Amino acid sequence: MGFRHKDIIALKDLTKEEIELLLDTADNLSEINQRDIKKVPTLRGKTVINLFYEASTRTRTSFEIAAKRLSADAVNITASTSSVVKGETLSDTAANILAMKPDIIVMRHSVSGAHEYLAKRVSCSVINAGDGAHEHPSQGLLDMLTMRQKFGKLAGLKVAIVGDITHSRVARSNIYGLTTMGAQVFLAGPPTMMPPGIERLGNVTVCKDMREAVDQADVVMMLRIQLERQGKTLLPSMREYSRYFGLNPAVLALAKKDAIVMHPGPINRGVELASSVADCDQSAIMKQVENGVAVRMAMLYHVCGGEPVE
Amino acid sequence: MNLLIKGGRVIDPSQGIDETMDVLIADGVVLELGQGIVAPEGTQTIDASGLLVTPGLIDMHVHLRDPGLEYKEDIATGSRAAAAGGFTSVACMPNTSPVIDNKAVACYVVNKAQSEALVNVFPIGSITKGSKGDSLAEMGDLKEAGCVAVSDDGKPVCNSELMRRALEYAKGIGITVISHSEDLALVGEGVMNEGFVSTELGLKGIPWAAEDIAVAREVYLAEFAAAPVHIAHISTAGSARIIRNAKARGVKVTCETAPHYFTLTDDAVRGYNTNAKMNPPLRGESDVAAMKAALADGTIDAIATDHAPHHPDEKDVEFNAALNGIVGLETSLPLSLKLVEDGVLDLKGLVSVMSCNPAKILGLDRGTLRVGAVGDVTVIDPAKEWQVEAAKLESKSKNSPFLGWKMKGKAVYTVVKGQVVYQA
Ligand SMILES: [Zn+2]
Ligand SMILES: [Zn+2]
Repeated sequence: MGFRHKDIIALKDLTKEEIELLLDTADNLSEINQRDIKKVPTLRGKTVINLFYEASTRTRTSFEIAAKRLSADAVNITASTSSVVKGETLSDTAANILAMKPDIIVMRHSVSGAHEYLAKRVSCSVINAGDGAHEHPSQGLLDMLTMRQKFGKLAGLKVAIVGDITHSRVARSNIYGLTTMGAQVFLAGPPTMMPPGIERLGNVTVCKDMREAVDQADVVMMLRIQLERQGKTLLPSMREYSRYFGLNPAVLALAKKDAIVMHPGPINRGVELASSVADCDQSAIMKQVENGVAVRMAMLYHVCGGEPVE
Repeated sequence: MNLLIKGGRVIDPSQGIDETMDVLIADGVVLELGQGIVAPEGTQTIDASGLLVTPGLIDMHVHLRDPGLEYKEDIATGSRAAAAGGFTSVACMPNTSPVIDNKAVACYVVNKAQSEALVNVFPIGSITKGSKGDSLAEMGDLKEAGCVAVSDDGKPVCNSELMRRALEYAKGIGITVISHSEDLALVGEGVMNEGFVSTELGLKGIPWAAEDIAVAREVYLAEFAAAPVHIAHISTAGSARIIRNAKARGVKVTCETAPHYFTLTDDAVRGYNTNAKMNPPLRGESDVAAMKAALADGTIDAIATDHAPHHPDEKDVEFNAALNGIVGLETSLPLSLKLVEDGVLDLKGLVSVMSCNPAKILGLDRGTLRVGAVGDVTVIDPAKEWQVEAAKLESKSKNSPFLGWKMKGKAVYTVVKGQVVYQA
């Protein structure tokens, strides 16, 4: 089967088969990343514009490398400080970028739904590199790829996601992707960071205590606490947060013996993760970063109408 | 010129009338009601058989954007939309530019309406100067200039002491205070109702408590000051419950809701639909049910549209950046008639909330077909089916979540002071 979407906006929109296809493709393409000459001609002549309204060196670089390894021409536009300040609307920016005839726009935007808005107005493909608190599909896919590589499958896995669920697009994409693939998701976080109805998004269980979520988990995924976002009302202090919702060796010991620890990065050391946990053998954080390039190659490849890679 | 409306089903709750009869208007005033009225030579006649004949509908909460924001709407286009929707009178909110906080601006609206409007336009003045919430506007002057109420609509009067004094002062001069009730700290940066849909879309939510708490404050202040207060656009089950309880113990509180709050839920926001972005936001199933229950038991006194025109550029943007509000004048009647079809209200109840009660709340000598009253009449075809199309809306702005909807029921004649100002 082929991939029939013009855009990749949300994992919510993808079927089990489509997610499998993307992960299989990423697995195949990751071999390229091990070569001496890390480049194939697959997307030669295609133009990819990385349009970032929010600073994110990691995600942008990962997409840029992914495009270049497939021989596409990648251009970076940082729009957060320039055009928005000048009063240019997203639709104006889109029109201007479209006039340069790109094949794919990879966008990061602080407003939920910005990608849906853009995708309706442009003929080229749009890939969501994170929109507000909505979705971050490439992160969800690279997380799932990392889990699948470790456990051979996603169905039946117990995944704990801990932290600020309300503001986390990573959590939403993982919830949609993982539950579509048959995994069980357990959430934990301060009640001020648990949005209403979250358990209705899929096969999701909300736990009061992070230890319940981590107990017998195959995967413990810690979310980044954005210190600037929590203001004065959501948390008493970072100290208290790390005490009740930080992952330390004692809590990690509750998970399965071969459990892996994940984090979308960048880590606040000593807040979400004790340093000893971040750097332990169970940590899959560097594997996540590595898989990011392969997953993004697969996304670029399939929105350009690629057939499954043999 | 005289006007005879013949053989319609006349519904006038102010006189307890629901029967087929004729209405004769002469010199802008209702001259006679009855069977088989023979009109003098030269009388214009409307055959209203099979149609409903009601006191002219009154929308007590619209935004005409004039002066200052005429690119969205002006008094002429807004009044055309009102007439097309069956409204013979509208009361327009003061969040114009400049704000209607003094006699001069109020007079501008009154004068411009006199020369350009198809329907009666009654300005609402602001509660505070510039609607800034700092000090009281000159309400006496505003009333004298023709304002029928005061409101800082668009924002709450945050200072409770100032709101108390506003209620006391307004009571003294006999002008209604209309409260836009929100606790802004709880609203925060919210852009839609807080609930499952906001969780799914990753949009910041506005909790129902933001409205309930503010409504409760107004109720307690009205009770304390022994002064009336009218609550604009209620949307939550909690607001309805608070107002129901307050009325039961004799507090002089009235309220309105808008058709979208008993028709749509926050599901309409899916797809980041900016035409479903409004303030207060569309709520959940149980709130919609509560609006219907509160209409049925008389807790809600009025249906108002909160007609809020915006230019396409202000809506064709990412959801967070879109302005709040929808146009409502031309869809209010069919959406409200649906309440009758669904058994929520009978026709008398409907005319009460769309005409008699708004007149009473604003102190207008309207909302009745009593002999001697102003000849404002709406003739409605309750069976007429039509589709909402942007190009056919009279309003300058087209920001409606109901575009493309099939509607049942329409005003076919709108009569102001005995003159037909709109005919379908
Ligand atoms: Zn308001
Ligand atoms: Zn309003």
